[in-house]
Amino acid sequence: MRRVVVIGAGPAGMAAAREAAAHGVEVVLIDAAAKLGGQYHRQDALEPGDRFGSPVAPGSAEAALPEVEHVADATVWAIEPIDGGHRVHLRIGPADGPSRQGRAVEARAIVLATGAYDRALPFPGWDLPGVVTVGAAQALAKGQGVAVGDRVVVGGTGPFLLPAAVSLIRAGARVVEVAEANAAVTGWLTSPRGALAGWSKSGELARYAAALVRRRVPYRSRTAVVEAHGSEVVESVTLARLDARWTPIPGSERRVQADAVAVGFGFTPQSELALATRCRVSDGFVVVDAAQGTTAPGVFAAGELTGIGGADLAAAEGAVAGAAAAKYVGAAVEPPLRAMARVRSGRRFAAALAAAYPVRAGWHDWLRDDTIVCRCEEITKAALFRAVDDRDVGAARSLKLVSGVGLGLCQGRVCGQNAAELAGVDGTGFAKRPIASPVRLAELAEEEPIESPIDAEESGSPLGVEY
Amino acid sequence: MVRIDAADVVVIGAGIIGAACAEALSAAGLRVLVLDRGAPAGGTTAGGEGNVLVSDKAPGPELDLAVASRRRWPELLESLRGELGDELVQVEWEPKGGLVVATDEDAVGPLRILAEAQREAGVEAVDTTAEAARAMEPHLAEDVHAAVHYPEDAQLQPVLATTALLAAVRARGGEVRGGTEVHGLVLDAAGTVGGVRLGDGTVSCGAVVNACGPWAGHFSVTVGAPIEVLPRRGAVLVTAPLPPVVVRRKVYAADYAAAVATPHVDLQVSAVVESTATGAVLIGSSRQRVGFDESLEVEVLRRLARSAIRLFPVLAGVPVMRTYGGFRPYTPDHLPVIGEDPRFPGLWHASGHEGAGIGLAPATGRLVADLMCGRQPEVDPFRFRVDRPEVIAEVRT
Repeated sequence: MRRVVVIGAGPAGMAAAREAAAHGVEVVLIDAAAKLGGQYHRQDALEPGDRFGSPVAPGSAEAALPEVEHVADATVWAIEPIDGGHRVHLRIGPADGPSRQGRAVEARAIVLATGAYDRALPFPGWDLPGVVTVGAAQALAKGQGVAVGDRVVVGGTGPFLLPAAVSLIRAGARVVEVAEANAAVTGWLTSPRGALAGWSKSGELARYAAALVRRRVPYRSRTAVVEAHGSEVVESVTLARLDARWTPIPGSERRVQADAVAVGFGFTPQSELALATRCRVSDGFVVVDAAQGTTAPGVFAAGELTGIGGADLAAAEGAVAGAAAAKYVGAAVEPPLRAMARVRSGRRFAAALAAAYPVRAGWHDWLRDDTIVCRCEEITKAALFRAVDDRDVGAARSLKLVSGVGLGLCQGRVCGQNAAELAGVDGTGFAKRPIASPVRLAELAEEEPIESPIDAEESGSPLGVEY
Repeated sequence: MVRIDAADVVVIGAGIIGAACAEALSAAGLRVLVLDRGAPAGGTTAGGEGNVLVSDKAPGPELDLAVASRRRWPELLESLRGELGDELVQVEWEPKGGLVVATDEDAVGPLRILAEAQREAGVEAVDTTAEAARAMEPHLAEDVHAAVHYPEDAQLQPVLATTALLAAVRARGGEVRGGTEVHGLVLDAAGTVGGVRLGDGTVSCGAVVNACGPWAGHFSVTVGAPIEVLPRRGAVLVTAPLPPVVVRRKVYAADYAAAVATPHVDLQVSAVVESTATGAVLIGSSRQRVGFDESLEVEVLRRLARSAIRLFPVLAGVPVMRTYGGFRPYTPDHLPVIGEDPRFPGLWHASGHEGAGIGLAPATGRLVADLMCGRQPEVDPFRFRVDRPEVIAEVRT
């Protein structure tokens, strides 16, 4: 049987699985959550929230993929190259449970749809309880109806701050203020560039904006949370106006009472599996061709791993990737022209979004010497800079080992990009994690059953898929 | 920062061996330029555990070098402390001792014989019963048959150590330049080395030291002076931080020394378990001759995990946070190559330390400096010479 393995069951992975299955290949769809749908159900603080709305209601008829083997609650902890393809190693069951099952699945073609997670920028006090990512706040609000605080400040950049704020309000929080570090999203949406991008969700976003206006929630542009105060938990925050470079404008600071802060400065792609399969990345995102093929033979990527563009673009990319993966393993596939057209228009939007909501270097200026940069290992900015200056290290690998940044529980997922930017080194080294998620020594020691269809498969197109 | 265009010595490779050579040469008053095509301390040095061992070597030239080097490390750090200040010299030096255990009856005899021979060579090697070993390491497996305690075994953090040595080089007027590849040597009419060719010009110098680690063979071919140094891959597992009582020393199985000494190309795995200053436990060691292939092999990790659980069953439930690996510089006779290349006067090699480079670095650096400056060396350099048949072979690709 010809087989495609799809990793990640968000909009991109589901579309890829559906498309590949429609072409008659066996599909194994692997996801960390219990249900299909992606980030919506994930409660991990490091996982993204639902930022553009969920395109498919999980559990609905549309979400059902009867022809696909859905492996739920499964963590891919390693991918290794084998002759003719890859072997995907999973553990199945709750991550902190005692009895996860091991399994290894081989396939000639893999679709990576692992998504992205919120990027948090450090600021003094960001390590206090009560500071969370907007994704975590939203997941908690939408998933469990719980607000992270009674008085919440939402800060960061990009249009997804608005739905997060609205979710918090619906969960019973008072959103004190939404601080957008770039220009106001409302202006961008009605500008020629935003309109040109043709974002189908703009109507939805306008409704979120209107909801905030109704609640009299201040939405301020060129503003950021530059400090959180409190002895045990967040008690208040300082907001400041930013100049065009994001340097806080002296004298513009305001202190407001709040018991929680939700921050989101764009997204970091979940790229360890892509790096493990040697896909080329650029600015952290996986480089793909028109068929969503990466530079690694037999490895396709879709969704936010390739660029941040929302669920519609992710689903379109997923469909293209699923078709290409099916073709790669030998199915007769016509180019999915409609999905490819949706990808092209979605990419225009994604490019406009990235241009309108960049992260600018002025955030370095709101750090103090004693501001924690790496929360797991409690490394301060001063300690990081000492490591860079005194020891003259120029690469992520040695920077980690001399400063300790990125060596803790998050393995650089939260701090890696920020530390790389502060130190002026390439951040890819922080994203390389050959063991993609923690695995117990006993689990590692265990022989897993290996399912290999590769020998039986007829040969596909070894040079990749071209349309 | 100074930018040197003429040096007494150009050291190529800013790993632990290059850094130790550069430190010793600059301490002798020479002006040193250290070049690395990548980032300093970013290659093999960043992929090691930081072993400073006397326990894993049989009597012979390598043990002599190891004993001299073990003595030298704390002296060197102490002297650098005065020069560079306290902070830079904090390299997590831990003279915590090693415990070599026999996990089956057959291993007991050879272990005792090796320890006896090492004692005669001046190593402190204390025969230890299974009960005493478990008193030292309470979580050690029940079925350990015997052990030898090596109080001199130590550990340090190799990237911190390397960057400290390089800081000393800079403080003495030298320069460390990363991202700079050497394309060839500049030779005079007599074939004596007079400089190195870089992408953007040349640097003149009186001597060149090839300290390229596992890439020393490649580099030697590039400059027309081939030596037989090949990569031997290894992988390490790193656990989540544990309380320091779980594993106290460096503990390894008695078959480790045999795995190091084997010439086999196939995967060799032998349990090496040790704690670090941060609480994470490091689990090695694997050896494979697979060229410079960096691909993850789960089978290697699986065998490392099994061997570690065999020594410390308590580790079974501990999460592994990450794995890292590297390439050891391997020579066919398992001895480092240290000395001047008779084919090209002025070209020196310091490589081939396999997995022991961190431990052997200071004595290697001093040996290079002694030989280059015409001083009486502390360790006999004969067995490390470049023109031995195992090292100067036909050019292999």
